[in-house]
Amino acid sequence: MFAQFLSFVKKEFLHIWRDKRTLFILFGMPVVQITLFGFALTNEVKNAKIAILDPSKDASSLRITQRFAASQYFDIEQELQSPQQIESAFKEGKIKMALIFPTQFEYNLQHGGQASIQIIADASDPNVATTVTNYANAIIGDEQQALLGSKLPYNINTSMRMLYNPQLKGAYNFVPGVMAMILLLVSTMMTSISVVREKENGTMEILLASPLRPILIIIAKAIPYLLLSMVNIGTILLLSVFALDLPIAGSLGLLLATSMLFTITALSLGLLISTLTASQQIAMLISLVGMFLPTLMLSGFMFPIENMPIPLQVMSNIIPAKWYFIIVKSIMIKGLGIAAIWKEMLILTGMTIGLIALTARKFKIRLE
Amino acid sequence: MYSITAHNIGKEYKNGKAVVTALRDVSLQVKAGELFGLIGPDGAGKTSLLRILTTLLLPTKGTASVAGLDVVKEYKKIRQKIGYMPGRFSLYQDLSVQENLDFFASIFNTSIEANYHLIKDIYEQIAPFKHRKAGKLSGGMKQKLALSCALIHKPEVLFLDEPTTGVDVVSRKEFWQMLQHLKQEGLSILVATPYMDEAALCDRVALMQDGRFLQINTPEDIIHSYTQPLWSVKASSMYALLQHLRDYSGIDTVFPFGETYHITTSHTWQSPEALHQYLQQQGQEQITIQRITANIEDVFMHLMNQPHD
Repeated sequence: MFAQFLSFVKKEFLHIWRDKRTLFILFGMPVVQITLFGFALTNEVKNAKIAILDPSKDASSLRITQRFAASQYFDIEQELQSPQQIESAFKEGKIKMALIFPTQFEYNLQHGGQASIQIIADASDPNVATTVTNYANAIIGDEQQALLGSKLPYNINTSMRMLYNPQLKGAYNFVPGVMAMILLLVSTMMTSISVVREKENGTMEILLASPLRPILIIIAKAIPYLLLSMVNIGTILLLSVFALDLPIAGSLGLLLATSMLFTITALSLGLLISTLTASQQIAMLISLVGMFLPTLMLSGFMFPIENMPIPLQVMSNIIPAKWYFIIVKSIMIKGLGIAAIWKEMLILTGMTIGLIALTARKFKIRLE
Repeated sequence: MYSITAHNIGKEYKNGKAVVTALRDVSLQVKAGELFGLIGPDGAGKTSLLRILTTLLLPTKGTASVAGLDVVKEYKKIRQKIGYMPGRFSLYQDLSVQENLDFFASIFNTSIEANYHLIKDIYEQIAPFKHRKAGKLSGGMKQKLALSCALIHKPEVLFLDEPTTGVDVVSRKEFWQMLQHLKQEGLSILVATPYMDEAALCDRVALMQDGRFLQINTPEDIIHSYTQPLWSVKASSMYALLQHLRDYSGIDTVFPFGETYHITTSHTWQSPEALHQYLQQQGQEQITIQRITANIEDVFMHLMNQPHD
């Protein structure tokens, strides 16, 4: 039986190897995606143009203005003279953010021990707005740190902390996301297509009429894609460490083990799809529209889950990529160990077992 | 001992709300070591019957057994014992001839060497191309490879679904010689084919139409069962001849057959001379009218026109 299995796996490798175009896409895709996300499609904002309205023009406000001017994230485009100018500056579309000091900023700070700065951002692009206000908060926070060094408990009203990713580097978010996407694409889509291809070519008819056990067919189909996926994970990690300067904070072994777990989840999903479909197009469509899009949207990779309406938040729980995304972020970026992610791992394991059981039940031992 | 039995097998497919009946109460028995032919046009139900017997489909009604095993309950055991060659070329086109053979040998837990004597004749013909991809073989070669793959584990019963469709005349002939050879090795073979001329090469045949068996018999007996006088008619203008023959009162049926028409006579038939004279009056020249003995196709055409029960 083992010889049967081995020769089936060998056959699968031959199929993959002989289809050079697909092979190229499989191995090229992670490289292209990481490069694209890393260098082109970044949501980091640099040199955002801002305007400053500073009626007090005292030492404290100027010091803050200086910090903004020195930052690589901001360019001071305009010094406003009156509050009326704020709106027109935004409407011209030149600035992304305006920084407004009150009159007597330093006086408030030193005598009341408290002063406010208003930050107005152009939220027509909410992502940019969030990012620039975060940067601004960080800069003001720096100034406050400096003030704490002096004798009086001065307080500038901002409260914002950037844990783990103080520079808000985009790579921290998208590397786990790309890993989830690639694994899902390679494992789910390619396996489902490869099983359905046997149905389309009529070879499934011969396989079924042979003593080959269905479970062997299923596992043998999955093995090559498991290995391919591991190669892809290696590529992504190498690229992110050496090309994007994103270190792996936690244990590499744990990261690889959990990635393997997620790959198996994705594989069993692909096998389930293949038992439910009869044509390669439909298998591809279900994998792409049914799996890929929800993964992109609901895994927390593109949009934060906490901001979604409750029904979507509930729905996101059934997306395996959500849990994998949490795991990778925990290990890779926060450097946490297994104690922090055992719950997510358990959920993925449960999903995998459920999917495999369903696949085994749905696998047709006959043609209809 | 029968290697295949089927008892009142019926098969219906649901196509949306419509129900398509593929098989209507067919029964047959194939003896061990027999070469049995299912002969019938496309859509007669041949493939459905083969798939039920190869455990790939469940019958809607009736029971069947292969090698003494029930096709529904003991399907796993049957799958150890049968060789099956589907109608469509179903090997891996991107694998070479050798790789296909190795693969099918290994999934049946055997090797090419183990049963080499079975496939020797066939394999020697395809051996020169053994490194060629299966998808790049000619039609005849593909069929020989598919047959090799179906035989590699020395099955007890061999099922072939239209093995010679789309294959040239020479390869067809070779293919049937191989089947005769395999029969001598003791295999029971059930072959479905739309070609009437191949019926004569089987031990027994079932003539199939519209999900029914019209007749099951040896090819000789089927021909002998046909008692009506049969004539072959040929003339200069074949197209006009069809109409002339149909208009002639002494003729019952007219079927085109190659370059001639085969006719059966009705009770008002007088003599071939009378027909000759009639055709001359219609302006036909070079008229030949010959008394012939029926072949399987004539019988099939005749049976097809009989009302069903």
